[in-house]
Amino acid sequence: MYPDDLRYSSEHEWARREDGRVRVGITQFAAEKMSDVVFIELPQVGAKISFMQPFGVIESVKAVSDLFAPVSGTVVEVNTVLASTPEVVNSDPYGQGWIILVDPADPAELQQLMTAEQYRKVVGGAGA
Amino acid sequence: MTARQKAPALERRRQHKYIPATDAEREEMLRVIGVRSIDALFADIPAAVRLQRPLALPPALSDPEVLAQLTAMAARNTHADAAPTFLGAGAYDHYIPSVVWHLAGRGEFLTAYTPYQAEMMQGELQAGYEYQSMLCALTAMDVANASMYDGASATAEAAVMAKDLTKRGEVVVSTAVHPEYREVLRTYTAPLGITVVEAPQRAGRTDLSALRAAVSGRTAAVIIQHPNFFGSLEDGPAAAALAHGAGALLICAIADPLSLGLLTPPGEWGADIVAGEGQPLGNHLNFGGPYLGMLATRQDFVRRMPGRLVGATVDTDGRRGFVLTLQTREQHIRREKATSNICTNEALLALAAAVYMAALGRTGVRKVAELNLYKAAYAKERLSALPGFRLMFEGPTFHEFVIRTPRPPEELNRALRARGIIGGAPLGRWYPDLADGWLLCVTEQRTREQIERLVDVLEGLR
Amino acid sequence: MSARDLPVIFELSTPGRVGASYPDPDVPVQPLEALIPAAQLRANPPALPEVSELDVVRHYTRLSHRNFSIDEGFYPLGSCTMKYNPRIHEDVARLAGFSRLHPYTAEEDVQGALALMWELERMLAEVSGMDRVTFQPAAGAHGEFTGMLLIRAYFESQGEARTKVIVPDSAHGTNPATATMAGYEVITVPSDARGNMDVTKLREAMDGRVAALMLTNPNTLGLFEEHILEIEEIVHGAGGQLYMDGANFNAILGITRPGDQGFDVMHFNLHKTFTTPHGGGGPGAGAVGVKAHLAPFLPVPVIERTGDRFHLEYERPQSIGKIRAFYGNFGNLVRAYTYLRSMGADGLRQIAEVAVLNANYVLARLRDRFDLPYDRLCKHEFVLSGRRQKHEHGVSTKDMAKRMLDYGFHAPTIYFPLIVEEAIMIEPTETESKRTLDEFIEAMRAIDREAAEQPDLVREAPHATPVRRLDEVRAARQPDLRWRPA
Repeated sequence: MYPDDLRYSSEHEWARREDGRVRVGITQFAAEKMSDVVFIELPQVGAKISFMQPFGVIESVKAVSDLFAPVSGTVVEVNTVLASTPEVVNSDPYGQGWIILVDPADPAELQQLMTAEQYRKVVGGAGA
Repeated sequence: MTARQKAPALERRRQHKYIPATDAEREEMLRVIGVRSIDALFADIPAAVRLQRPLALPPALSDPEVLAQLTAMAARNTHADAAPTFLGAGAYDHYIPSVVWHLAGRGEFLTAYTPYQAEMMQGELQAGYEYQSMLCALTAMDVANASMYDGASATAEAAVMAKDLTKRGEVVVSTAVHPEYREVLRTYTAPLGITVVEAPQRAGRTDLSALRAAVSGRTAAVIIQHPNFFGSLEDGPAAAALAHGAGALLICAIADPLSLGLLTPPGEWGADIVAGEGQPLGNHLNFGGPYLGMLATRQDFVRRMPGRLVGATVDTDGRRGFVLTLQTREQHIRREKATSNICTNEALLALAAAVYMAALGRTGVRKVAELNLYKAAYAKERLSALPGFRLMFEGPTFHEFVIRTPRPPEELNRALRARGIIGGAPLGRWYPDLADGWLLCVTEQRTREQIERLVDVLEGLR
Repeated sequence: MSARDLPVIFELSTPGRVGASYPDPDVPVQPLEALIPAAQLRANPPALPEVSELDVVRHYTRLSHRNFSIDEGFYPLGSCTMKYNPRIHEDVARLAGFSRLHPYTAEEDVQGALALMWELERMLAEVSGMDRVTFQPAAGAHGEFTGMLLIRAYFESQGEARTKVIVPDSAHGTNPATATMAGYEVITVPSDARGNMDVTKLREAMDGRVAALMLTNPNTLGLFEEHILEIEEIVHGAGGQLYMDGANFNAILGITRPGDQGFDVMHFNLHKTFTTPHGGGGPGAGAVGVKAHLAPFLPVPVIERTGDRFHLEYERPQSIGKIRAFYGNFGNLVRAYTYLRSMGADGLRQIAEVAVLNANYVLARLRDRFDLPYDRLCKHEFVLSGRRQKHEHGVSTKDMAKRMLDYGFHAPTIYFPLIVEEAIMIEPTETESKRTLDEFIEAMRAIDREAAEQPDLVREAPHATPVRRLDEVRAARQPDLRWRPA
């Protein structure tokens, strides 16, 4: 499922506006495709990230992928819970499974991402 | 085509013991497949690239004939049992207990594949886990992998690992590190744009002030070998402090891990990565290969470590079992982002090393190391007392040392060879300014008689 | 295979036990501190186990009983060529003249070893249609790395800056990993509906910045690249080099040669086609063959012959240097040499013929039960898809592979190549009898029936192995990579 209040990147990250900041995670589609997440390499707080550039790595037993930044900016918080329970990305990808919180350099970048409607079409079309 | 030549498929076929398919079975299988001949199965290969002649190879030999042929070839080599050898320099003649290859050579280990289907490969996997554990005990590092190709390439891969970890583009390597290790280091680092800076040796050890001058904020790692190529002990803690002070890692290369039966292990004096050669642990000289690369590091670095890793886990009944783990770093999953491209490694040699370490055990490894030390010390004393011969370098050594010779070492070797002794390695081929240096190795395999004979022959040559 | 829990060898340790014997020192013994400064001496001996020799023998013998091997049963791993490993090779490799030979022994005293390597080089050059062969690489991937470095050196010597390498989407993971290690950017070209490389897409991707195309032929689908002549034209036409991953060489011995197909460089997996034993993961031996224009860049030393004397040649100014110390996995070269001397030209051709015959036979008898993504005669291996079983019964290829273990077979290669959903890659090899193939076919058909009728049985497999299905997720989340006392 793909909440309507989020924006979605072509690399299957979601972005949520929260009081001028942007919270980022991966979508249910991505989480299911990876299956059990075992490890996430997080950036440091304070790190600068760029739109659609890799900012971290997510690893499952059968795959490993880069995480791509849906907005440019500075990382203000990382979800430290993921160090001990990475599986929460699978069980609650839009809630407890958030990955980073960003102070965006250019909030307008969010408009370049897909709406929930557009994203549903993309992953619906991708099939099983 | 003459009347005598027939297309190979029509000749009377010789049944081979490795290819069981009989004529009748071939016919039956062709029938099931639905083609007229075996040739039809290759129809999609363009005629322009089809071989039109048999391969030009020597005629096939039967087992007795091939054994005779290979025995004759082997007989043209002077091996370490035919002539006592004082060669070391990265490959070491140690006694291998009989159990090692009786066990490692069992068909169940020899002819098994990489344990991707863990449930039916618990033997190999558990042996790998035990091997990793033994290496950690020996080196005092947190985690070791299940093998690399050899000591030289393990050192090179450690340098690449350091670059990934520190994001810096330079490595500083002592010239007291094995010359072939340094060559391999250059080959691996060049395509990645990593610069290799050499820090010179002085008096047979890494020159620490030169090392300090070479290390900078661009240094990803400092690489020393301990004991070094000349057999001398390095000042590991000082080198580690230098490296860490500049924010770099310390890589310790080890050519003979038996030395760790006696010496302070690198994990206790500040090494971040240990890269070593496991041949001395239960593996044959084999004219240079197959050998056994060892890689061990700190817990924090485990996800950047190349090579296979065996991990413990449980099965659905809660029983302990072992699997290959953290495989996502490896080529078959990570592909172009892999930590390395290593796939097939040296698993069987790691198994042999584990059997060796188990047979020797805690006390045996120390005992063997002591024998090496005492015998080398005796040889060192007797040789340096010969008129015209001196020790080239001061300072403690393990089982190798360099003697300065009155005549070219190559000449001495020829004379020794005529008397059934294989002498040490002349340094001149690697260190042109040390051309009168002769690198000798004395392991526990060299008896007092053999050492004294070496001395006597050299004395008689004056 | 026993169901008893097998202790880790450290758990068998009892202080005071010894498992090896040594003579007492026959030279004067000095206090250790006289020879080595106290600060450099180990304070405590390494925490290795203390066990008796019988403990060692029993422990590893029991471990061996929990290890599936070719000696025990069929191993249809696609891409791995799990053929029988002749026992005479072990006797030969263990001859003292080979196994007890130090690599720095003077040349005149190792003429037998050098002769072997020289003759093996000539034989592999003939078999592959290449001009020279190096044996320095320790494995196939190491060979790929060498090949890429040779190509790199070649273009540098031509003053050309080429930055990309093309691989097919069906490539073995080592191919892109290797290209990256060699400093190249990887471009992937898709396969077409017949399982060939898409030549149109290749033409689009090929330009003057591409150093090489890395191809496996037959490819990892077990299919011969039908457009190989066109591929050769495209790549050479743009000044690139053609690299062959020789993992599938078993299918074409004596039938066609990579050198004749236009390849400039290839690696051999001596532990596949040339049957040096896999040893549970290694050692391998990854020889690399090259055409003459790449020979100057080969690693040093190269073996040359003058009259009947063999010589290690290091004076090669354009060499890429060394990729490992010494000369190569010589112990395995002895085995490969012995194999070639035992098989001869006719034997090699029969290997390819029967390997391909066996594979097509198994394919013919399974294609009605498993989806076949590419409907062509295969070469020495073929790829099926477990897609139908997944969608109709919720039983995955992984489940079916685990169930295979209960039938006493090693599973085929699964989930590779990546372009086939629920891939199952089967390579029987020529050393298997029709009887074994028929047993395997029956087992596969039985598992397909079980998937429909008793899916849980398959999903919870294996049942008959010493351990049940292992938790890989836990192993990755909480890595436990070394034994620690409780």
